[in-house]
Amino acid sequence: MDTFDHYALPVGSAGKLSAGWWGVWALIVTEGALFGYLLFVYFYLATQTDEQWPPEGLPSLIVPTINTVILLVSSAFVWASERCIRLRQINRSIGIMMLAIILGICFVMVQLTEWSNKAYALTSNLYGSLYFTITGFHLCHVIVGIVVLMLLLIWLSLGYFDDKRHAAVTIGGVYWHFVDAVWLFVFTTLYLSPYL
Amino acid sequence: MAISNRTHRRGNEHFERVPELGRAPIGSEEEARLANIWKSEPGWRGWLSTVDHKTIGLRYLVTAFIFLLIGGIEALMIRAQLALPNQTLLAPEQYNQLFTMHGITMIFLYALPILSGFSNYLWPLLLGSRDMAFPRLNALSYWIFLFAGIFMYMSFPLGLAPNAGWFNYVPVSGPIYNTGPNIDVFALGMVLLGISTTVGSVNFVVTLFRMRAPGMTINKVPILVWGTLAASVANLMTIPAVSLAFFLLWMDRQFGTQFFDVANGGKPLLWQHLFWIFGHPWVYAIVLPAMGIVSDALPTFCRRPLVGYTAVALATMATMLIGFLVWMHHMFATGLPTVSLSLFGAASMAISIPSAVAVFAWIATIWTGRPVFQTPFLFFAGFVILFVIGGLSGVMVAAISLNWQLNETYFVVAHLHYVLLGINVFPVIGGIYYWFPKFTGRMMNEKLGKWNFWVMFIGFNLGFFPMHIAGLLGMPRRIYTYSSRMGWDSVNLITSIGSFILAIGILLFIINVIISLKRGKKASSNPWDAATLEWSMSSPPPAYNFAVIPAVASRHPLWEDRLEEEGARRSNLAEGYILMKGHETLSTSPIDARPLVIFKMPGDSYTPFFVGLLVSLLFLGLLLHWWIFTGLMATASCIALIIWMWPQKTLAQRTVSGTAHPLQGDS
Repeated sequence: MDTFDHYALPVGSAGKLSAGWWGVWALIVTEGALFGYLLFVYFYLATQTDEQWPPEGLPSLIVPTINTVILLVSSAFVWASERCIRLRQINRSIGIMMLAIILGICFVMVQLTEWSNKAYALTSNLYGSLYFTITGFHLCHVIVGIVVLMLLLIWLSLGYFDDKRHAAVTIGGVYWHFVDAVWLFVFTTLYLSPYL
Repeated sequence: MAISNRTHRRGNEHFERVPELGRAPIGSEEEARLANIWKSEPGWRGWLSTVDHKTIGLRYLVTAFIFLLIGGIEALMIRAQLALPNQTLLAPEQYNQLFTMHGITMIFLYALPILSGFSNYLWPLLLGSRDMAFPRLNALSYWIFLFAGIFMYMSFPLGLAPNAGWFNYVPVSGPIYNTGPNIDVFALGMVLLGISTTVGSVNFVVTLFRMRAPGMTINKVPILVWGTLAASVANLMTIPAVSLAFFLLWMDRQFGTQFFDVANGGKPLLWQHLFWIFGHPWVYAIVLPAMGIVSDALPTFCRRPLVGYTAVALATMATMLIGFLVWMHHMFATGLPTVSLSLFGAASMAISIPSAVAVFAWIATIWTGRPVFQTPFLFFAGFVILFVIGGLSGVMVAAISLNWQLNETYFVVAHLHYVLLGINVFPVIGGIYYWFPKFTGRMMNEKLGKWNFWVMFIGFNLGFFPMHIAGLLGMPRRIYTYSSRMGWDSVNLITSIGSFILAIGILLFIINVIISLKRGKKASSNPWDAATLEWSMSSPPPAYNFAVIPAVASRHPLWEDRLEEEGARRSNLAEGYILMKGHETLSTSPIDARPLVIFKMPGDSYTPFFVGLLVSLLFLGLLLHWWIFTGLMATASCIALIIWMWPQKTLAQRTVSGTAHPLQGDS
């Protein structure tokens, strides 16, 4: 009977065959939907408002663009870190993961500076409510992502992972890529769409 | 060299092996070993830490049923108030809180959780697996559901329960018109409950695609599985909408943001969009698994397989897909553009096509079968009738012109109770009669069961059918009393009498459960002579579910001898993969169910309970503005989650000790 084949099967959390890999994608779908609804709220209210939109006029693009690049580079580093594990270069993987975390922290710092430079606050007007809620949601996700990356760093340093077994890095990594990818949508909505 | 070879071999054995084939009949040494591996600790330790999907499923069923009773008592109080005109049994504010809590309880704390109970208990048994994909998430999902239910009832004894209806429209629920904590309890409770539903849905989706027995290709899974899959996918896509809506409302109320604040450019209709983008798919989420119960159990009593399996499975998915595009039919009277009205009206009518496919499949199954009129059959057949009535009134209110007449009247109340009780409560009670022997090892009393059905069926129709007429006579919903000059006296009195008869029916059910638990006839492994895998094991099932992972060859593995031709492939339940080096089960490929991985399942753990508790306390902190407490709870839940996620050797999540320690250098 062909369902009873006698070939060797992987045991436990084997990379993309693990349940966690599927689980994190389900999480990404539902979180992606969350950001979809956040941006829906933005556009729904933006199309019906009589207020000056955004209140300060067209937003300056220099700092947010640099910040976007920082986040994307950090994503590339996480990808490289996982690749190094597969090439059995654990030390290099640890170094690159550290850089990714530092870049993530840089993004948070720059974003907080952006916040403090705004002339309005969460409750000043409708735009402020939207701006701070949407970027706040994203910032929370970045912080969670950084905690995940730090855990991966600790586990890597403890020698938990090698080229055969590192599902946690694959799973944590794809969450970080998601957090970065979703920023592109937030960035486009909040910073680029007012120019249209 | 020799040492490194040995290490290498050990690593291989740990991470890769050929699964052992064999038999493990009851009483064998292998079976005893399995039982020992999968058993939970006795006493409170096992009670708090268990991740057994069967225990969790039963907890879901019992908890949700208790919420059904609470919601039912609220309904009876409402009906007592409305039985006669100009009654003063309840004050207007009390009435508002009661109908709101009735809706919240039934829709959110009963209707889906009870189906999650069935699915949690049954999925691994139906799919031929030893557990769900994420057993600890399963436990977390239950604990958060329980705590969220308690949370939403917290302010009820203080007379400060949510009071703006279960769909909680702004501006009535906004900071200006609703100053107490009532709505904040609801808002935060819903976000908390959303976490429970989301993790539960992730679990169902991954379980379906990865945890089926070899040979159970996607076109062989029971319809209950299709229904719960559709519900879970819908939940993943739409729960964020309602969680976000409630979160934004809470921010509006507590911090002065302006999302729904008309004076500052906010839009009340935004609330309605976000709520119903979630709300309508939710309606299907709380009926599709129940329809699945009928599609799977009704054939047992018709002594033939379901007619049109493929059509019913596709109809289930189609209902869900169209269900994403009908939310505006709750908003026909809000002044939306005609184009949207036509589009959403058409989509709403189109839903009747897949619904009709399912109805005709059930009727054909009864028609061409040899029905056995036992209690579950009565409930399922009754369900078909109620579904048709509720479906017809649904098509009526989907017509925009008629909708404008009937909007916010008792006609809508009648419609939604026909669909929700008809398509949820009747299959659920029938399902409990059907699977009770599997749950407990005892049969329910048949004679009392028939009384139970007829009292419920008569009470239900007597209670809810006249509501259609009340609606046509113009009686608006959510009024706490009415004048006798309106001409609504007799319909209301009949409705109230019917609702109390329905309550007696439910009471008979509870009595039957209690009596049967103690004195019911002992059940064999397959008392109904049914076709699906859950009936292949003892009643109640052993902790490990399947002694060997079976190989499945058809949709009705236990009826193959009667239905399949000579020489056709047969399912093999006696011999299969044994897998007993720890908590192990087989993971297969998503579509054609070929063996892919031997999964190491986590054992019992306290972390789900503590994460659930800490997250719930975090929400309590938010409600009471105890910010430091909130911060502490957030940190504590993070720590608990880190403990939970820490890679473990027993789960083969990390290398065998030290082989890849960085200090040994890169190669």
